[in-house]
Amino acid sequence: MKPLLSVDRLVTEFGRGADALRVIDGVSFYVAAGETYALLGESGSGKSITALSLMRLLPDGGHIAAGSVHLGEQDVLALPERDMRSVRGGGMAMIFQEPMLALNPVVKVGTQIVEVLVLHQRLAGPAAWDAARGLLDSVGVPDAARRLESYPFELSGGLRQRVMIAMALAGRPKLLIADEPTTALDVTIQAQVLDVLRRLRTEQQMGMLLITHDLGVVAENADRVGVMYAGELVEEGARDAFFAAPQHPYSRMLFEALPRPGDGGRLTTIPGQVPGFDQTQRGCRFAPRCPFAIARCRTESPDWQTLDGQRVRCHLAAGLPARSEREMTAHAKSGEITQPLLQVDGLKVHFPVRRGFFQRTVGHVRAVDEVSLSIRAGRTLALVGESGCGKTTVGKALLRLIEPTAGTIALGGETILADNVAMLRRQAQMVFQDPFSSLNPRMRVADILLEGMDALGVGAARDRREAMTQLLRQVGLPEDAGGRYPHAFSGGQRQRIAIARALAVSPRLVICDEPTSALDVSVQAQILNLLKDLQDSLGLAYLFITHNLAVVDYLAHDVAVMYLGRIVEQGAAADVLRAPRHPYTQALVSAVPRIETQTGHTIIRLPGDQPSPLNPPVGCHFHPRCTHASEACRLAYPEQTDLGNGHWARCHWVAGQLS
Amino acid sequence: MSVMPVILWTDALIFALLASVLVLVWLIRRQEHLRAPWRAVAQRPMAMGAALVLSVFVVTGLLDSLHYREKLPDSPADRPHYSVEVLSVFDKLVGDLRTRQEKTYSAPLAMQLYAKEFVQRDGVTVREYPRLKFGGAHLQTEAERIPDIARRSLTGLVQGLAVSLLLFGLLAAWQAHRSHMSSGQWLVAWRAGRLDWPARTVVLIVSVLLMLGGMLLNLAAAYHVFGTDKVGQDVLYISLKSIRTGLVIGTLTTLVTLPLAIGFGIAAGYFRGWVDDVIQYVYTVLNSIPGVLLIAAAVLIVQVYIESNPDLFDTAAARADIRLLALCLIMGVTSWTGLARLLRGESLKLRTLDYVEAARAFGVSHARIIGRHIFPNLFHLVLIAIVLDFSGLVLAEAVLSYVGVGVDPSMHSWGNMINGSRLELAREPVVWWQLGAAFAFMFTLVLAANLFADGVRDAFDPRQGGRR
Amino acid sequence: MLAYILRRLLYAIPILIGVNLLTFALFFVVNTPDDMARLQLGAKHVTPDAIERWKVEHGYDKPLLLNVQASGSAQLTDTIFFQHSATMFVFEFGKGDDGRNIGNEIRTRMGPSLAIALPVFVIGLLVNITFALLMVFFRSTYLDLWGVVLCVVLMSISGLFYIIAGQFFIAKLWNLLPISGFAGGIDGLRFIVLPVLIGVVAGIGSGSRWYRTIFLEEIGKDYVRTARAKGLSEVRVLFRHVLKNGMIPILTGAVVVLPLLFMGSLITESFFGIPGLGSYTIDAIQAQDFAVVRAMVFLGSFLYIVGLILTDISYSWADPRVRLQ
Repeated sequence: MKPLLSVDRLVTEFGRGADALRVIDGVSFYVAAGETYALLGESGSGKSITALSLMRLLPDGGHIAAGSVHLGEQDVLALPERDMRSVRGGGMAMIFQEPMLALNPVVKVGTQIVEVLVLHQRLAGPAAWDAARGLLDSVGVPDAARRLESYPFELSGGLRQRVMIAMALAGRPKLLIADEPTTALDVTIQAQVLDVLRRLRTEQQMGMLLITHDLGVVAENADRVGVMYAGELVEEGARDAFFAAPQHPYSRMLFEALPRPGDGGRLTTIPGQVPGFDQTQRGCRFAPRCPFAIARCRTESPDWQTLDGQRVRCHLAAGLPARSEREMTAHAKSGEITQPLLQVDGLKVHFPVRRGFFQRTVGHVRAVDEVSLSIRAGRTLALVGESGCGKTTVGKALLRLIEPTAGTIALGGETILADNVAMLRRQAQMVFQDPFSSLNPRMRVADILLEGMDALGVGAARDRREAMTQLLRQVGLPEDAGGRYPHAFSGGQRQRIAIARALAVSPRLVICDEPTSALDVSVQAQILNLLKDLQDSLGLAYLFITHNLAVVDYLAHDVAVMYLGRIVEQGAAADVLRAPRHPYTQALVSAVPRIETQTGHTIIRLPGDQPSPLNPPVGCHFHPRCTHASEACRLAYPEQTDLGNGHWARCHWVAGQLS
Repeated sequence: MSVMPVILWTDALIFALLASVLVLVWLIRRQEHLRAPWRAVAQRPMAMGAALVLSVFVVTGLLDSLHYREKLPDSPADRPHYSVEVLSVFDKLVGDLRTRQEKTYSAPLAMQLYAKEFVQRDGVTVREYPRLKFGGAHLQTEAERIPDIARRSLTGLVQGLAVSLLLFGLLAAWQAHRSHMSSGQWLVAWRAGRLDWPARTVVLIVSVLLMLGGMLLNLAAAYHVFGTDKVGQDVLYISLKSIRTGLVIGTLTTLVTLPLAIGFGIAAGYFRGWVDDVIQYVYTVLNSIPGVLLIAAAVLIVQVYIESNPDLFDTAAARADIRLLALCLIMGVTSWTGLARLLRGESLKLRTLDYVEAARAFGVSHARIIGRHIFPNLFHLVLIAIVLDFSGLVLAEAVLSYVGVGVDPSMHSWGNMINGSRLELAREPVVWWQLGAAFAFMFTLVLAANLFADGVRDAFDPRQGGRR
Repeated sequence: MLAYILRRLLYAIPILIGVNLLTFALFFVVNTPDDMARLQLGAKHVTPDAIERWKVEHGYDKPLLLNVQASGSAQLTDTIFFQHSATMFVFEFGKGDDGRNIGNEIRTRMGPSLAIALPVFVIGLLVNITFALLMVFFRSTYLDLWGVVLCVVLMSISGLFYIIAGQFFIAKLWNLLPISGFAGGIDGLRFIVLPVLIGVVAGIGSGSRWYRTIFLEEIGKDYVRTARAKGLSEVRVLFRHVLKNGMIPILTGAVVVLPLLFMGSLITESFFGIPGLGSYTIDAIQAQDFAVVRAMVFLGSFLYIVGLILTDISYSWADPRVRLQ
């Protein structure tokens, strides 16, 4: 029997003739009905272009140069455009990464779904609307009838992605292509959406092509896996076999680059980055970054070989050394200093909400509410939470980039007031999330690094150049980097520049706001290692703001979990992550997709979304989503419950268990 | 010394502008991120062709901005008197084109006036087309005219072609030498368009310009190429003189606009709060007044001022010049709002970017943040606005002159040409050449400017150009 | 929403006051009534007596802001500012130099102005959007490329040329339509056709090029890809999805000029002899009739501000994201 989808030696190019860039080069795979095939790869590997090639929806300039795509018996690439339209949405449907952008902002959700029903199921009028409501019900959108009348911006991210799924299902496709369907979502929401996808696939016996960069998502959802690198498929196999023993050096290194719980060792990094498509290359595309590469790898492109049921394209596949154990570098334990470097008490950041004729302040968005933190020198405190919980606002308020509404900030024992902000700026600096918007494209790297020293008058002017070269060396950049502009650097290198900029004024505390979330796994590992090294050598303290629990586990000594502007649980990293007490932390920890296929690992499903900080629920902010909520939770915000060893939580249920 | 240099206000400003452009070019050459988009502009055939045409206009305008007054021939040497007529280097270069004045209208390349007149001939009064004093004066009969024109045109074409071939040969030799090729190889590369600059277009446009120039030179020596106007002045001369007016309006107005737009726009977007409120209030007020009316009101005021202070301006040229300058000022003051609004919006976005936050985290001063982080990142918008506004301003001059609030009626400008001749279309035979020449010159300048502006915009802001 | 509109209306008042003060300063302070009189009388007739007489005739013989000779509230009211500037807030514009009531003139001349400006606006919008959509549909082909070049050529031609050439060829040479004039009712239609045609053609270049840019920006967005992935045809994608989003900036950009249509077009009206507000304004400028110019400045600003408020309202009407937040 023919598989549902079979792709054979697909080649996609951008541009024509001799200058054409080959973005997809001879990719072949199949997807059977009812199974999920995952295409795994970093950004720039060509996985999304593969999906768009199947749909024949390539951006302008792209075209399929060779190969064949069959959906059942149908030769997709041979179809005239007219017939292709019935395949799109009908034969195979697609959902995209960013549901806010992928839905038409000015058309009602219902209309957008009905459009598909009219086109592919020949429904019309009330029948179509009924069907649309049914679809929304099936993807778990509460109050579906009312939601049909909503516009996309009125829905939360999770609901939008469900609408997107409902829309894709409306044409009863045989194949569903999901392009990074949960990358833009928070972990707890991601778990909900992946659940829906899994259930629907089983119910409707669809084939699913899941495109993702997240090994965890693959591990929990895929039946078979294909790894893409630089436009080629390099390894393919059943999920369990692949996760048990990845064969390609690239796949292996991806695993090793991933920070994992309970493992303080150094991360393996893949040197360099995914090559651009304009770099034509003979031989294996991974060879320049491969530690095992031999001469043959650079001249001859490897063919497929089969090893224990897995297919891999590597000359050395059979002869690779056994997977290396991680090098365990014991963390230099910083001396136990009792006095904290940073002490924050009762920090509040409220933004007024103005309404009505006179623009009266009718309320406040309590972005940060009564947050207290302390960090000791040489230690890392991770501030964890989902988007919108106020964690970034905390970071910016600490540096007084946003003026706090209330609360005290003390640095090195000295309270920061309006007149000694300069002291704060010398001692605390920030590294931002997006390495592209955090560096001024119009300034040379040297000027970027010197800016802080000049502004704060660090060191003598003539020594600053010397200091700059020193900094570049410290963060692992070439010394001539100073003369170049940021656009000459990749994302990872830019993040190094941003770190060097923060270090230029020799701060004692660095606030890292999601510094690796815009980076690929292999690059993330480089940055995490660098941060760790710098902490060891310079005795820096970090406030590490992130949503990524795996990174927290790797880097942090202490963890504070934020929900809706407040810290709900805090303690040593091992305690909080291994034995979370607050129901929210428990859900958060359990929702992270894991690579290890553990038995008995159940995900705690959180219903609904994080409410708006404008109108937080009365009582415990978390109670509407909490399975343990009781009457007390609806009445009062819980007090701190001490759990020993500096571990505490704010939860009536936890308090009840103790007493 | 037989001449007295005269520096009119607009002359001074034009040369100040030229100097600042040169300084800017020098600065841009040193900055990679500024140089790269210009290189992209230079690689677009359409933009380069337009730039060549523009440069012809600019050179004419600059030559026409070097003013002087001639010494009167019979004035004493120790206390020389100078003519009240202000001339320019351009006038000197075109020679008698300025002085060959006919009686009234004559058609392009004609040898007779456009209408019959009663003439005394051999004591008899006859009604006929009188011969022109200068146009085609060397001809005996009408039958010789067409062959003569053809011969002169052909000569001009051949001369132009010869010069272009010579230049092309030199270019080929120089370029081949520079890139270590044989001239033959370079020619092959040139033909196939494989050079890193649009050499084919440049060569083509230069040749066409040279050939046109050759034809004009040959014809203008003996004819009025675009005819003559009501008072018998050569229309070609007037059209060429109008170039300076168009350029002055197109450039000096932006010069007035820029500081206002940049200052207010960035301040409003960066500081927000009450600064923003005040600036927005000011520009809404200015914007809400219909532009023509505000200009009209202001021009009337300037006129009153000039008329009540006649002693401040010693020549008619100076008077006309101050009105031109005033017009630029007024148009500048009324037109900064658009750019300011754009810059405000952009500054609002930029101020929230991480690199600005990073600078604030170092306690960098506002002035420095604006100077190093905000302004350089919206400079391209300013540049695009300059080139885009230019053509609009040139076109606006014509309309304002028609309304009667444009440049001084005594000043040569396309607007005045159109205004002075639009009623002549009702005449029989139709007097079309003055209108035609004005529209043709204006169209060429504006089209070249627009095409160039397109190139600049695409190179500096690919998103806005809507190109993929 | 109502509170919002009310606030916008309140916000309009200081702007109108600003306009009023500015015109007052331009016409009475910088440029004193004496200057006006001199300009009006002409060099030959300027005597101090003539100037005084002229000022009394026009009511400009009073102090500017404060009449110290008067008593009580007349100190403020018996001034040029109160009688000539402040009265504009109740649309009392006084008389022009020809002795006619400006308010009445404006009322009778609005109709003809609108008769030309409105069709130009509506037809122009439709034509430009059509051309823009065509170019977008054929994007990355030579049709699009040459379409853009044609747009640039069209917008490089002076507006005066369109009018003069149109009048010359269509009306004079080929005798297809009357060269100028105006009449009410159905009969007047033949007078309107030519100016409207010329108005539309003159706007095609810049208009369709601008809209093309807007549509092209929309077509690069993700939701368009989603629409295609649903299996919609390119025409449907263009009309159902791209047009709907692109119309938001286009419509809201157009609404601001809607009230200004009453003012008519200066050039077109004067060329075609249409008795509208545009030609009224031009005549006033050329005759240096300051009272009329001032009235038109105030009227223009008032209509512009109405346009701004309408823009805000239309924005929230057209874009659900604004409407519902």
